[in-house]
Amino acid sequence: MNETATISPDDRPRQGDRRREREAAKRAKARRGQLIAGVSSVVVIGGLAALVLTSPGWPSVRETFFSWSEFTNAFPEVLSGFWLDIKIFMVVEVAVLILALLIALIRVNRSPGLFPVRLLGTVYVDVFRGIPTILLVYLIGFGIPALELEGLPTDPVVLGAIALTLSYSAYVSEVYRAGINSVHRGQHDAALSVGLTQPQTMRHVILPQAIRRVAPPLLNDFVALQKEVALISIIGPQEAFRVAQIYQGENFNYTPIIAAALLYLVITVPLARIVDRMGGAEAVR
Amino acid sequence: MAAVIKVRGVTKAFGEREVLHGVDFDVAEHEAVALIGASGSGKSTLLRCIDLLEEIDDGDIFLDGEVITDPAVDPVAVRRRLGVVFQAYNLFPHMSVLQNVVLGQMRAQKVGRREAEEEGRALLARFGLEGREDDRPDELSGGQQQRVAIARAFAGKPRALLLDEVTSALDPELIGEVLEAVRDLKAAGMTMVIATHEMSFAREVADEVAFLHEGRILESGPPEQVLAEPREEETRRFLARLLEAGRV
Repeated sequence: MNETATISPDDRPRQGDRRREREAAKRAKARRGQLIAGVSSVVVIGGLAALVLTSPGWPSVRETFFSWSEFTNAFPEVLSGFWLDIKIFMVVEVAVLILALLIALIRVNRSPGLFPVRLLGTVYVDVFRGIPTILLVYLIGFGIPALELEGLPTDPVVLGAIALTLSYSAYVSEVYRAGINSVHRGQHDAALSVGLTQPQTMRHVILPQAIRRVAPPLLNDFVALQKEVALISIIGPQEAFRVAQIYQGENFNYTPIIAAALLYLVITVPLARIVDRMGGAEAVR
Repeated sequence: MAAVIKVRGVTKAFGEREVLHGVDFDVAEHEAVALIGASGSGKSTLLRCIDLLEEIDDGDIFLDGEVITDPAVDPVAVRRRLGVVFQAYNLFPHMSVLQNVVLGQMRAQKVGRREAEEEGRALLARFGLEGREDDRPDELSGGQQQRVAIARAFAGKPRALLLDEVTSALDPELIGEVLEAVRDLKAAGMTMVIATHEMSFAREVADEVAFLHEGRILESGPPEQVLAEPREEETRRFLARLLEAGRV
Protein backbone atom coordinates (compact mmCIF):
# COMPACT_ATOMS: atom_id res chain seq x y z
CA MET A 1 0.00 0.00 0.00
CA ASN A 2 2.30 2.66 1.28
CA GLU A 3 5.25 2.17 -1.05
CA THR A 4 7.35 5.15 0.01
CA ALA A 5 7.54 3.83 3.54
CA THR A 6 9.02 0.49 2.54
CA ILE A 7 12.50 0.78 1.09
CA SER A 8 13.96 -2.50 0.03
CA PRO A 9 17.47 -3.21 1.37
CA ASP A 10 18.80 -3.01 -2.21
CA ASP A 11 17.76 0.66 -2.57
CA ARG A 12 19.57 1.72 0.56
CA PRO A 13 23.12 3.00 -0.09
CA ARG A 14 25.81 1.00 1.61
CA GLN A 15 26.83 2.29 5.04
CA GLY A 16 29.62 4.87 4.64
CA ASP A 17 29.09 5.64 0.92
CA ARG A 18 26.91 8.66 1.56
CA ARG A 19 29.27 9.92 4.22
CA ARG A 20 32.17 9.83 1.73
CA GLU A 21 30.11 11.66 -0.88
CA ARG A 22 29.11 14.35 1.59
CA GLU A 23 32.67 14.88 2.74
CA ALA A 24 33.90 15.18 -0.85
CA ALA A 25 31.19 17.76 -1.59
CA LYS A 26 32.11 19.70 1.55
CA ARG A 27 35.78 19.76 0.53
CA ALA A 28 34.92 20.93 -3.00
CA LYS A 29 32.79 23.71 -1.54
CA ALA A 30 35.59 24.83 0.79
CA ARG A 31 38.10 24.89 -2.11
CA ARG A 32 35.72 26.97 -4.20
CA GLY A 33 35.27 29.40 -1.29
CA GLN A 34 39.01 29.85 -0.85
CA LEU A 35 39.48 30.48 -4.55
CA ILE A 36 36.78 33.16 -4.61
CA ALA A 37 38.21 34.85 -1.51
CA GLY A 38 41.71 34.83 -2.99
CA VAL A 39 40.71 36.22 -6.39
CA SER A 40 38.46 38.94 -4.97
CA SER A 41 41.19 40.03 -2.52
CA VAL A 42 43.74 40.38 -5.29
CA VAL A 43 41.28 42.33 -7.44
CA VAL A 44 40.20 44.75 -4.70
CA ILE A 45 43.57 45.33 -3.05
CA GLY A 46 45.45 45.38 -6.34
CA GLY A 47 42.91 47.81 -7.78
CA LEU A 48 43.22 50.20 -4.85
CA ALA A 49 47.02 50.03 -4.95
CA ALA A 50 47.01 50.67 -8.67
CA LEU A 51 44.67 53.64 -8.18
CA VAL A 52 46.96 55.23 -5.57
CA LEU A 53 50.26 54.41 -7.28
CA THR A 54 49.14 55.71 -10.67
CA SER A 55 47.52 58.89 -9.27
CA PRO A 56 49.06 62.11 -10.65
CA GLY A 57 50.23 63.25 -7.22
CA TRP A 58 51.76 59.96 -6.12
CA PRO A 59 55.41 60.82 -6.74
CA SER A 60 55.24 63.91 -4.54
CA VAL A 61 53.11 62.11 -1.91
CA ARG A 62 55.70 59.38 -1.76
CA GLU A 63 58.34 62.00 -1.16
CA THR A 64 56.45 64.00 1.53
CA PHE A 65 54.67 61.12 3.37
CA PHE A 66 56.78 58.04 2.83
CA SER A 67 60.35 59.23 2.72
CA TRP A 68 62.60 56.61 4.25
CA SER A 69 65.37 59.08 5.11
CA GLU A 70 62.93 61.44 6.83
CA PHE A 71 61.48 58.43 8.66
CA THR A 72 64.83 57.32 10.06
CA ASN A 73 65.73 60.90 10.97
CA ALA A 74 62.52 61.63 12.84
CA PHE A 75 61.79 58.23 14.35
CA PRO A 76 63.89 58.43 17.54
CA GLU A 77 62.30 61.73 18.54
CA VAL A 78 58.78 60.57 17.69
CA LEU A 79 59.39 57.39 19.63
CA SER A 80 60.47 59.29 22.74
CA GLY A 81 57.36 61.44 22.33
CA PHE A 82 55.31 58.28 22.10
CA TRP A 83 56.82 57.08 25.35
CA LEU A 84 55.15 60.09 26.99
CA ASP A 85 51.84 59.00 25.41
CA ILE A 86 52.26 55.55 26.89
CA LYS A 87 53.02 56.90 30.35
CA ILE A 88 50.02 59.23 30.27
CA PHE A 89 47.84 56.40 29.00
CA MET A 90 48.83 54.06 31.80
CA VAL A 91 48.27 56.58 34.57
CA VAL A 92 44.96 57.78 33.09
CA GLU A 93 43.75 54.21 32.61
CA VAL A 94 44.25 53.33 36.27
CA ALA A 95 42.63 56.61 37.39
CA VAL A 96 39.67 56.01 35.06
CA LEU A 97 39.14 52.44 36.29
CA ILE A 98 38.94 53.64 39.89
CA LEU A 99 37.02 56.88 39.43
CA ALA A 100 34.50 55.28 37.03
CA LEU A 101 33.82 52.43 39.45
CA LEU A 102 33.17 54.92 42.26
CA ILE A 103 30.74 56.89 40.08
CA ALA A 104 28.96 53.70 38.97
CA LEU A 105 28.62 52.50 42.59
CA ILE A 106 27.18 55.85 43.62
CA ARG A 107 24.72 55.82 40.75
CA VAL A 108 23.36 52.32 41.43
CA ASN A 109 23.07 52.87 45.18
CA ARG A 110 19.45 53.51 46.12
CA SER A 111 19.80 54.73 49.69
CA PRO A 112 18.01 58.06 50.14
CA GLY A 113 20.89 59.56 52.14
CA LEU A 114 23.09 59.45 49.08
CA PHE A 115 20.61 61.33 46.88
CA PRO A 116 22.74 64.49 46.53
CA VAL A 117 25.85 62.49 45.65
CA ARG A 118 23.81 60.41 43.21
CA LEU A 119 22.52 63.57 41.57
CA LEU A 120 26.08 64.82 41.29
CA GLY A 121 27.09 61.52 39.68
CA THR A 122 24.35 61.88 37.08
CA VAL A 123 25.33 65.47 36.30
CA TYR A 124 28.99 64.44 36.09
CA VAL A 125 28.28 61.72 33.54
CA ASP A 126 25.95 63.94 31.51
CA VAL A 127 28.41 66.83 31.39
CA PHE A 128 31.67 65.01 30.75
CA ARG A 129 30.19 62.54 28.32
CA GLY A 130 28.45 65.37 26.52
CA ILE A 131 31.50 67.57 25.90
CA PRO A 132 33.88 66.55 23.09
CA THR A 133 37.14 65.40 24.65
CA ILE A 134 39.16 67.87 22.59
CA LEU A 135 37.19 70.80 24.06
CA LEU A 136 37.65 69.43 27.55
CA VAL A 137 41.42 69.20 27.03
CA TYR A 138 41.44 72.76 25.77
CA LEU A 139 39.26 74.19 28.54
CA ILE A 140 41.08 72.46 31.38
CA GLY A 141 44.51 72.98 29.85
CA PHE A 142 44.06 76.73 29.59
CA GLY A 143 41.29 77.36 32.13
CA ILE A 144 42.81 75.86 35.28
CA PRO A 145 46.13 77.74 35.03
CA ALA A 146 44.20 80.95 34.28
CA LEU A 147 42.62 80.73 37.74
CA GLU A 148 46.08 81.33 39.21
CA LEU A 149 45.13 79.40 42.33
CA GLU A 150 47.85 78.08 44.63
CA GLY A 151 48.20 74.30 44.56
CA LEU A 152 46.43 73.68 41.27
CA PRO A 153 48.58 71.94 38.67
CA THR A 154 49.94 74.01 35.80
CA ASP A 155 51.90 71.31 33.99
CA PRO A 156 50.09 70.71 30.68
CA VAL A 157 50.82 66.97 30.89
CA VAL A 158 49.01 66.76 34.22
CA LEU A 159 46.16 68.97 33.02
CA GLY A 160 45.77 66.91 29.85
CA ALA A 161 45.72 63.72 31.89
CA ILE A 162 43.04 65.22 34.16
CA ALA A 163 40.90 66.15 31.16
CA LEU A 164 41.18 62.66 29.68
CA THR A 165 40.39 61.09 33.06
CA LEU A 166 37.27 63.23 33.51
CA SER A 167 36.03 62.44 30.04
CA TYR A 168 36.72 58.71 30.05
CA SER A 169 35.48 58.01 33.57
CA ALA A 170 32.11 59.30 32.45
CA TYR A 171 31.99 56.72 29.63
CA VAL A 172 33.49 53.89 31.62
CA SER A 173 31.20 54.45 34.62
CA GLU A 174 28.28 53.80 32.28
CA VAL A 175 29.90 50.54 31.15
CA TYR A 176 30.29 49.46 34.77
CA ARG A 177 26.74 50.50 35.54
CA ALA A 178 25.36 48.45 32.65
CA GLY A 179 27.33 45.46 33.93
CA ILE A 180 26.03 45.86 37.47
CA ASN A 181 22.45 46.16 36.25
CA SER A 182 22.84 43.08 34.06
CA VAL A 183 23.42 40.77 37.03
CA HIS A 184 20.22 38.91 37.76
CA ARG A 185 18.12 40.07 40.68
CA GLY A 186 18.17 36.52 42.10
CA GLN A 187 21.89 36.90 42.81
CA HIS A 188 21.15 39.90 44.99
CA ASP A 189 18.40 38.02 46.83
CA ALA A 190 20.59 34.96 47.37
CA ALA A 191 23.46 37.04 48.73
CA LEU A 192 21.17 38.86 51.16
CA SER A 193 19.54 35.58 52.18
CA VAL A 194 22.86 34.11 53.35
CA GLY A 195 23.22 37.16 55.60
CA LEU A 196 25.46 39.49 53.61
CA THR A 197 25.04 43.25 53.97
CA GLN A 198 24.40 45.42 50.90
CA PRO A 199 28.06 46.43 50.51
CA GLN A 200 29.19 42.80 50.95
CA THR A 201 26.63 41.73 48.34
CA MET A 202 28.03 44.29 45.91
CA ARG A 203 31.65 43.37 46.60
CA HIS A 204 31.47 39.58 46.70
CA VAL A 205 28.54 38.72 44.43
CA ILE A 206 27.46 41.52 42.06
CA LEU A 207 30.73 43.25 41.09
CA PRO A 208 32.78 40.13 40.27
CA GLN A 209 30.07 39.01 37.84
CA ALA A 210 29.49 42.51 36.44
CA ILE A 211 33.17 43.20 35.76
CA ARG A 212 33.68 39.85 34.08
CA ARG A 213 30.76 40.63 31.80
CA VAL A 214 31.92 44.12 30.79
CA ALA A 215 35.63 43.33 30.39
CA PRO A 216 35.43 43.38 26.54
CA PRO A 217 33.67 46.78 26.31
CA LEU A 218 36.03 48.15 28.99
CA LEU A 219 39.05 47.12 26.96
CA ASN A 220 37.41 48.60 23.89
CA ASP A 221 37.18 51.95 25.64
CA PHE A 222 40.85 51.68 26.53
CA VAL A 223 41.84 51.14 22.93
CA ALA A 224 40.00 54.39 22.22
CA LEU A 225 41.63 56.14 25.18
CA GLN A 226 45.08 55.05 24.06
CA LYS A 227 44.57 56.89 20.76
CA GLU A 228 42.96 59.94 22.29
CA VAL A 229 46.05 60.72 24.36
CA ALA A 230 47.23 62.45 21.15
CA LEU A 231 44.57 65.12 21.84
CA ILE A 232 46.63 66.64 24.64
CA SER A 233 49.12 67.79 21.98
CA ILE A 234 46.89 70.85 21.50
CA ILE A 235 47.92 72.22 24.91
CA GLY A 236 51.64 71.68 24.32
CA PRO A 237 53.18 68.47 25.73
CA GLN A 238 55.83 66.99 23.46
CA GLU A 239 54.08 63.71 22.81
CA ALA A 240 54.34 61.75 19.56
CA PHE A 241 51.91 63.76 17.44
CA ARG A 242 53.26 67.07 18.69
CA VAL A 243 56.86 66.05 18.01
CA ALA A 244 55.90 64.83 14.55
CA GLN A 245 54.01 68.06 13.84
CA ILE A 246 56.97 70.22 14.85
CA TYR A 247 59.25 68.15 12.66
CA GLN A 248 56.78 68.42 9.80
CA GLY A 249 56.63 72.19 10.19
CA GLU A 250 60.39 72.49 10.04
CA ASN A 251 61.04 70.10 7.15
CA PHE A 252 57.83 70.33 5.15
CA ASN A 253 57.56 66.54 5.33
CA TYR A 254 54.70 64.46 6.76
CA THR A 255 56.63 61.22 7.18
CA PRO A 256 57.02 61.67 10.98
CA ILE A 257 53.22 61.72 11.28
CA ILE A 258 53.11 58.38 9.48
CA ALA A 259 55.72 57.18 11.97
CA ALA A 260 53.51 58.28 14.87
CA ALA A 261 50.52 56.56 13.29
CA LEU A 262 52.50 53.32 12.98
CA LEU A 263 53.50 53.53 16.65
CA TYR A 264 49.83 53.84 17.63
CA LEU A 265 48.98 50.80 15.53
CA VAL A 266 51.69 48.78 17.27
CA ILE A 267 49.74 49.23 20.52
CA THR A 268 46.10 49.36 19.38
CA VAL A 269 46.10 46.35 17.04
CA PRO A 270 47.25 43.82 19.67
CA LEU A 271 44.80 45.39 22.15
CA ALA A 272 41.99 45.00 19.62
CA ARG A 273 42.92 41.32 19.12
CA ILE A 274 42.71 40.81 22.90
CA VAL A 275 39.25 42.39 22.91
CA ASP A 276 38.17 40.10 20.05
CA ARG A 277 39.46 37.04 21.84
CA MET A 278 37.70 37.99 25.07
CA GLY A 279 34.47 38.58 23.18
CA GLY A 280 34.88 35.17 21.53
CA ALA A 281 35.54 33.44 24.83
CA GLU A 282 32.46 35.08 26.28
CA ALA A 283 30.35 33.84 23.35
CA VAL A 284 31.58 30.27 23.83
CA ARG A 285 30.66 30.24 27.52
CA MET B 1 5.31 24.71 71.80
CA ALA B 2 6.31 28.25 71.00
CA ALA B 3 6.08 29.21 67.37
CA VAL B 4 9.39 29.85 65.61
CA ILE B 5 7.67 31.85 62.90
CA LYS B 6 4.45 33.70 63.50
CA VAL B 7 2.72 35.65 60.73
CA ARG B 8 -0.10 37.99 61.67
CA GLY B 9 -2.35 39.93 59.31
CA VAL B 10 0.34 40.43 56.70
CA THR B 11 -0.61 42.37 53.59
CA LYS B 12 1.64 43.13 50.66
CA ALA B 13 0.83 44.95 47.44
CA PHE B 14 2.96 45.57 44.37
CA GLY B 15 1.60 48.87 43.14
CA GLU B 16 -2.13 48.38 42.76
CA ARG B 17 -1.97 44.60 42.88
CA GLU B 18 -2.48 43.26 46.39
CA VAL B 19 -0.76 39.88 46.63
CA LEU B 20 -1.11 39.12 50.35
CA HIS B 21 -4.38 40.00 51.92
CA GLY B 22 -4.05 39.44 55.66
CA VAL B 23 -2.12 36.22 56.11
CA ASP B 24 -2.00 34.49 59.52
CA PHE B 25 -0.05 31.36 60.24
CA ASP B 26 2.36 29.77 62.68
CA VAL B 27 5.25 27.38 62.33
CA ALA B 28 6.17 25.53 65.52
CA GLU B 29 9.69 24.35 66.29
CA HIS B 30 10.76 21.22 64.32
CA GLU B 31 7.59 21.51 62.27
CA ALA B 32 7.31 21.59 58.49
CA VAL B 33 4.46 23.58 57.02
CA ALA B 34 3.66 23.00 53.36
CA LEU B 35 2.34 26.09 51.64
CA ILE B 36 0.18 25.10 48.71
CA GLY B 37 -1.84 27.14 46.26
CA ALA B 38 -2.06 28.10 42.60
CA SER B 39 0.67 30.04 40.83
CA GLY B 40 0.31 33.69 41.75
CA SER B 41 -1.46 32.92 45.02
CA GLY B 42 1.38 34.62 46.92
CA LYS B 43 3.45 31.67 48.18
CA SER B 44 6.80 33.09 47.01
CA THR B 45 5.90 36.59 48.13
CA LEU B 46 5.05 35.32 51.60
CA LEU B 47 8.41 33.54 51.91
CA ARG B 48 10.23 36.62 50.62
CA CYS B 49 8.42 38.77 53.18
CA ILE B 50 9.46 36.44 56.01
CA ASP B 51 13.13 36.74 54.95
CA LEU B 52 12.66 40.52 54.68
CA LEU B 53 13.52 40.46 50.98
CA GLU B 54 10.21 42.31 50.55
CA GLU B 55 8.85 44.94 52.88
CA ILE B 56 5.32 44.19 54.10
CA ASP B 57 2.60 46.85 54.09
CA ASP B 58 0.63 45.83 57.17
CA GLY B 59 0.63 43.24 59.94
CA ASP B 60 3.69 41.74 61.61
CA ILE B 61 6.01 38.76 61.41
CA PHE B 62 7.69 37.29 64.49
CA LEU B 63 10.77 35.11 64.74
CA ASP B 64 11.15 33.34 68.08
CA GLY B 65 8.64 35.75 69.55
CA GLU B 66 10.44 38.92 68.42
CA VAL B 67 8.88 41.16 65.84
CA ILE B 68 11.16 41.30 62.78
CA THR B 69 9.09 43.57 60.57
CA ASP B 70 9.56 46.65 62.70
CA PRO B 71 11.47 49.33 60.77
CA ALA B 72 13.95 49.54 63.67
CA VAL B 73 15.01 45.91 63.23
CA ASP B 74 18.18 45.28 61.23
CA PRO B 75 17.11 43.02 58.36
CA VAL B 76 20.64 41.64 57.93
CA ALA B 77 20.63 40.24 61.48
CA VAL B 78 17.24 38.62 60.84
CA ARG B 79 18.35 37.04 57.55
CA ARG B 80 21.34 35.52 59.31
CA ARG B 81 18.87 33.52 61.43
CA LEU B 82 16.91 32.22 58.43
CA GLY B 83 17.78 30.21 55.34
CA VAL B 84 16.17 30.40 51.91
CA VAL B 85 16.27 27.99 48.98
CA PHE B 86 15.07 29.53 45.74
CA GLN B 87 13.21 27.95 42.86
CA ALA B 88 15.98 28.89 40.39
CA TYR B 89 18.80 27.87 42.82
CA ASN B 90 20.45 31.32 42.47
CA LEU B 91 23.90 29.89 43.08
CA PHE B 92 26.81 32.30 42.63
CA PRO B 93 28.15 31.30 39.19
CA HIS B 94 31.60 32.85 39.69
CA MET B 95 32.34 30.78 42.77
CA SER B 96 33.06 27.11 43.32
CA VAL B 97 30.48 24.89 44.97
CA LEU B 98 32.35 25.06 48.27
CA GLN B 99 32.72 28.85 48.07
CA ASN B 100 28.97 29.11 47.56
CA VAL B 101 28.38 27.21 50.77
CA VAL B 102 30.94 29.06 52.91
CA LEU B 103 30.40 32.64 51.69
CA GLY B 104 27.69 33.43 54.23
CA GLN B 105 29.54 31.59 56.95
CA MET B 106 32.74 33.54 56.45
CA ARG B 107 31.35 36.98 55.63
CA ALA B 108 28.13 37.09 57.64
CA GLN B 109 28.61 34.67 60.51
CA LYS B 110 32.35 35.50 60.78
CA VAL B 111 33.43 31.89 60.96
CA GLY B 112 37.12 31.30 60.15
CA ARG B 113 37.96 29.91 56.72
CA ARG B 114 39.25 26.57 57.91
CA GLU B 115 36.25 25.88 60.12
CA ALA B 116 33.76 27.10 57.49
CA GLU B 117 35.33 24.93 54.79
CA GLU B 118 35.44 21.91 57.02
CA GLU B 119 31.75 22.31 57.83
CA GLY B 120 30.97 23.08 54.19
CA ARG B 121 32.65 19.89 52.97
CA ALA B 122 30.79 17.84 55.57
CA LEU B 123 27.49 19.42 54.50
CA LEU B 124 28.15 18.81 50.82
CA ALA B 125 28.99 15.19 51.57
CA ARG B 126 25.78 14.89 53.55
CA PHE B 127 23.80 15.95 50.47
CA GLY B 128 25.70 13.58 48.19
CA LEU B 129 28.05 16.14 46.64
CA GLU B 130 31.37 14.79 47.79
CA GLY B 131 34.08 15.43 45.19
CA ARG B 132 32.18 18.34 43.57
CA GLU B 133 33.50 21.00 45.98
CA ASP B 134 35.74 22.69 43.42
CA ASP B 135 33.35 22.52 40.46
CA ARG B 136 31.52 25.58 39.19
CA PRO B 137 27.75 25.48 39.60
CA ASP B 138 27.19 25.31 35.82
CA GLU B 139 29.09 22.02 35.70
CA LEU B 140 26.40 20.43 37.88
CA SER B 141 22.96 19.04 37.03
CA GLY B 142 19.91 20.99 38.20
CA GLY B 143 19.32 18.51 41.02
CA GLN B 144 22.91 18.84 42.19
CA GLN B 145 22.75 22.63 42.00
CA GLN B 146 19.63 22.69 44.11
CA ARG B 147 21.29 20.44 46.70
CA VAL B 148 24.20 22.90 46.82
CA ALA B 149 21.65 25.66 47.40
CA ILE B 150 20.13 23.64 50.24
CA ALA B 151 23.58 23.14 51.77
CA ARG B 152 24.25 26.87 51.41
CA ALA B 153 21.00 27.80 53.16
CA PHE B 154 21.57 25.21 55.88
CA ALA B 155 25.22 26.18 56.49
CA GLY B 156 24.24 29.21 58.59
CA LYS B 157 22.45 26.93 61.10
CA PRO B 158 19.20 28.81 60.60
CA ARG B 159 16.28 28.75 63.00
CA ALA B 160 14.05 27.96 60.05
CA LEU B 161 14.42 27.19 56.35
CA LEU B 162 12.17 28.72 53.71
CA LEU B 163 11.91 26.54 50.59
CA ASP B 164 10.41 28.25 47.57
CA GLU B 165 9.21 25.60 45.09
CA VAL B 166 12.61 24.00 45.14
CA THR B 167 11.73 21.32 42.58
CA SER B 168 9.76 23.41 40.08
CA ALA B 169 12.72 24.19 37.81
CA LEU B 170 13.92 20.58 37.72
CA ASP B 171 13.53 17.81 35.16
CA PRO B 172 11.22 15.14 36.59
CA GLU B 173 13.97 12.57 37.06
CA LEU B 174 15.96 15.00 39.25
CA ILE B 175 13.15 15.88 41.65
CA GLY B 176 13.64 12.79 43.82
CA GLU B 177 17.19 13.60 44.91
CA VAL B 178 16.21 17.11 46.03
CA LEU B 179 13.18 15.85 47.95
CA GLU B 180 15.49 13.33 49.60
CA ALA B 181 17.64 16.22 50.87
CA VAL B 182 14.55 17.95 52.29
CA ARG B 183 13.48 14.71 53.99
CA ASP B 184 16.93 14.57 55.57
CA LEU B 185 16.49 18.10 56.94
CA LYS B 186 13.07 17.22 58.28
CA ALA B 187 14.47 14.14 60.01
CA ALA B 188 17.13 16.37 61.57
CA GLY B 189 14.35 18.44 63.12
CA MET B 190 14.68 21.53 60.91
CA THR B 191 11.79 23.97 61.14
CA MET B 192 10.60 24.61 57.59
CA VAL B 193 8.11 26.45 55.43
CA ILE B 194 7.85 24.61 52.12
CA ALA B 195 6.05 26.25 49.23
CA THR B 196 5.39 23.35 46.88
CA HIS B 197 3.38 21.85 44.06
CA GLU B 198 4.35 18.31 45.03
CA MET B 199 1.26 17.15 46.89
CA SER B 200 2.52 13.66 47.62
CA PHE B 201 5.63 15.18 49.11
CA ALA B 202 3.60 17.64 51.19
CA ARG B 203 1.56 14.71 52.49
CA GLU B 204 4.69 12.79 53.40
CA VAL B 205 6.89 15.48 54.98
CA ALA B 206 4.61 18.25 56.25
CA ASP B 207 3.08 18.32 59.68
CA GLU B 208 0.66 20.88 58.44
CA VAL B 209 -0.61 22.01 55.06
CA ALA B 210 -1.75 25.58 54.51
CA PHE B 211 -3.74 26.46 51.40
CA LEU B 212 -3.10 29.98 50.15
CA HIS B 213 -5.83 31.44 47.97
CA GLU B 214 -6.09 35.02 46.74
CA GLY B 215 -3.60 36.23 49.32
CA ARG B 216 -5.18 34.51 52.35
CA ILE B 217 -4.69 31.19 54.12
CA LEU B 218 -8.05 29.69 53.26
CA GLU B 219 -7.61 26.53 55.27
CA SER B 220 -4.89 24.70 57.08
CA GLY B 221 -4.50 21.52 59.05
CA PRO B 222 -2.88 18.10 59.02
CA PRO B 223 -2.11 16.96 55.45
CA GLU B 224 -4.43 13.95 55.58
CA GLN B 225 -7.30 16.29 56.34
CA VAL B 226 -6.54 19.25 54.00
CA LEU B 227 -5.46 17.10 51.07
CA ALA B 228 -8.00 14.29 51.46
CA GLU B 229 -11.08 15.97 52.93
CA PRO B 230 -10.74 19.69 52.35
CA ARG B 231 -13.40 21.80 54.06
CA GLU B 232 -13.30 24.62 51.52
CA GLU B 233 -14.75 24.49 48.05
CA GLU B 234 -11.70 26.38 46.65
CA THR B 235 -9.28 23.84 48.12
CA ARG B 236 -11.29 21.04 46.54
CA ARG B 237 -11.23 22.80 43.18
CA PHE B 238 -7.48 23.41 43.38
CA LEU B 239 -6.76 19.78 44.25
CA ALA B 240 -9.07 18.58 41.48
CA ARG B 241 -7.14 20.69 38.95
CA LEU B 242 -3.84 19.20 40.14
CA LEU B 243 -5.34 15.71 39.95
CA GLU B 244 -6.40 16.37 36.35
CA ALA B 245 -2.87 17.51 35.52
CA GLY B 246 -1.52 14.30 37.03
CA ARG B 247 0.38 16.11 39.77
CA VAL B 248 -1.01 14.27 42.81
